[in-house]
Amino acid sequence: MAETYLDHAATTPMRPAALEAQMAVLRDEFGNPSGAHAAARRARRLVDDARDVVAAAVGAEPDEIVFTSGGTEADNLAVAGADSDAHAAVESARTVLASAVEHPAVLEPVQALDGELLPVDRHGAIELDALADRLARAADGTARGVRLVSIMAANNENGTLNDLASVAAVIAEAGERAGGGAVPLLHTDAVAAASWIDMPDMLRAADLITVSGHKVGGPKGVGALVVRRGTRVRPMLLGGGQERERRAGTPDVAGIVGFATALSEAVATRRVTVARAETLRGRLIEGLDAVDGLEILSAADPTRRTAGTVHLGIRGVDREALVFLLDRAGIAVSWGSSCASGASEPSHVLAAAGVDRELAAGALRISLGWCSTGGDVDHLLSVLPEAVVELRAGG
Amino acid sequence: MRVLVMMSGGVDSSVAAAMLRDAGHEVVGVTLKLWGGASDSGCCSISDVDDARRVADRLGLDHHTFNFSDEFTRHVVGPYVDAHATGQTPNPCIECNRHLKFSAVLDRARRLGFDAVATGHHARVVTTPDGRRRVARGADGAKDQSYVLHMLDQDQLARTLLPIGELSKDEVRARAADLDLRTADKPDSQDVCFITKDRGRGAFLRDRIPLTPARVEDRDGRPLATVTAVELVTHGQRRGLGLPGGTEPRYVVDIDRDAGVVTVGSADDLLVDEQDVTSVTWSDPSVADHLDGRGVEVAVQTSAHGRPAPARLRHLDPGGDGAIVGGPGPVAELRVRWQEPHRRIAPGQSIVFYDGDTVLGGGIARRSAAGV
Repeated sequence: MAETYLDHAATTPMRPAALEAQMAVLRDEFGNPSGAHAAARRARRLVDDARDVVAAAVGAEPDEIVFTSGGTEADNLAVAGADSDAHAAVESARTVLASAVEHPAVLEPVQALDGELLPVDRHGAIELDALADRLARAADGTARGVRLVSIMAANNENGTLNDLASVAAVIAEAGERAGGGAVPLLHTDAVAAASWIDMPDMLRAADLITVSGHKVGGPKGVGALVVRRGTRVRPMLLGGGQERERRAGTPDVAGIVGFATALSEAVATRRVTVARAETLRGRLIEGLDAVDGLEILSAADPTRRTAGTVHLGIRGVDREALVFLLDRAGIAVSWGSSCASGASEPSHVLAAAGVDRELAAGALRISLGWCSTGGDVDHLLSVLPEAVVELRAGG
Repeated sequence: MRVLVMMSGGVDSSVAAAMLRDAGHEVVGVTLKLWGGASDSGCCSISDVDDARRVADRLGLDHHTFNFSDEFTRHVVGPYVDAHATGQTPNPCIECNRHLKFSAVLDRARRLGFDAVATGHHARVVTTPDGRRRVARGADGAKDQSYVLHMLDQDQLARTLLPIGELSKDEVRARAADLDLRTADKPDSQDVCFITKDRGRGAFLRDRIPLTPARVEDRDGRPLATVTAVELVTHGQRRGLGLPGGTEPRYVVDIDRDAGVVTVGSADDLLVDEQDVTSVTWSDPSVADHLDGRGVEVAVQTSAHGRPAPARLRHLDPGGDGAIVGGPGPVAELRVRWQEPHRRIAPGQSIVFYDGDTVLGGGIARRSAAGV
């Protein structure tokens, strides 16, 4: 039985063009870009061209792109290492803030630095008032100064979008009222958002942006941190000075080419993909309407969430069991958060969003991707309602 | 021809490379690593190398980087620091051209089989009716860089191409835009490539030489103020001397570092009739041969974009009393006699002699033997 894959938010198949491009480099251009000879120059050119492509896709300049081993490394680099040129002298005294629903790749470094989490609304979007209050307290000295605020562009569990322009406005206004002194940097984890939003437009206000290759149909193990001019990052990896001294290590030339190819295609086909996902999503949600006790947790408004992710909760159903049954039927879905063992964990996103525990215990993430079809949705609809009934009957 | 184009990452050298390619030359681009320390821009920073390399990629040219940082430190930065320590105001870009770009780099280019080097300087190489080569002003008077190329001799000029000298700056940028080069709108780098804006010349020198205080006196020897760093004072300087305001403006007319004295005077006191020049170089020896008892009348330019002033050149009498001495032969020192009183030139600054738009040669301003 052919697999029905509906977990594109976890990862998605490589786009054929990206795979071809990457294979060609693996096969034909093994050079190390650091070198004076022709093989090195060719490899260097591949990376340079890829850098241009990624920069254009995210709305940045080529020299603002730092290639990394993926989104996690980029998040760590931003949270632990970013400061604006103005910050350097006072950096150690300031803390970092993050929304309570950030991916662990942001939350863990924030917590390791003794940073603070900010509340979110019922969909997991940042509470702007809470951010404003916290920054005001930094300004009047009743709380620690803040050097970085990390707010994801889209949530990886439920697809909720943050309005980064408004976040940036709150930060800027707080900075003005504080009257001089460095304004906190804004980092955004755009890993879950990249395929779905107009990045140059929506991420314009961010000083640092994380993107990941395998979420856009590129390879795993490659990503990038956008570091806008005027922002610096203290490198985590020291060595040969690659990426303008920001990230040492011989670049994964083939992976970078695959990443750039995938990102470019994702951007070029975005509107079509979004439109198709909205249609499939509508069909899915309509089909699930009949399931008793099932609530759609993703925002309904298409401007408040990405098109591909449908987050739902089912009362009185153990989600691990449900995922097991779906898997047995050849359908791949997720609950959106796991611990290292692979077993499910209570979702910090749903907890922070205040979703009641019974619903949270039965929460599922169904996510569409660039190659999803009506057949995928139909297959799910033919299995899930019955599985729910079966699990409830089992007691 | 096989041409090695020195690509700084700026728009001028980008277009120079393109023009040479279009003219059918076999072109290779090189960016020079000259300074390993902090740099805002210009020949040295990583982003400039990237810009140069990407322009070369776009133009289909091979691009290399050459490390000449030892030579640069020895011939440019070291003398720059030493000159300040002796109260002079050097021009490091000229020394870079003299010792690096048209010497060390040119030598390497020859050894690697190149027929010529090229740069993006706004200047031209022209040939006189009797077959001599000269540096000539670029078409865009406001951007003319012939001043910084005044030291080039016949051998160097035979192997130097300056493609953009025929174009205005606007035309250069337009060509870069047509070629879709990323450097089309890149601002020109203004400052010395090894001095950063945020630290400046003072901090750079302070890290390398002791900066010593000096008294600021008027021409009668009356003490007026003190400065903490005589090495940072320049001839003609008005501000930053600690002089009380509200009086007529006063300018530095002399710096005696050994005595620890900076002398200030009025604007009139800045004017002199003569200026001594040392370390004179000629575009070809025949120019010096024309120096005779009458003195050669030339247009003399004393700053990178300053207007030239008419003057006569005379040999400097070794006896030092300024008597007019004639005779042919190479000249290491001479005296400029201005047609109209002219500002003193800070010792260490270059002085360049023009015949119309072409460069005859030039030298370095010397502190007047006659003192203030």
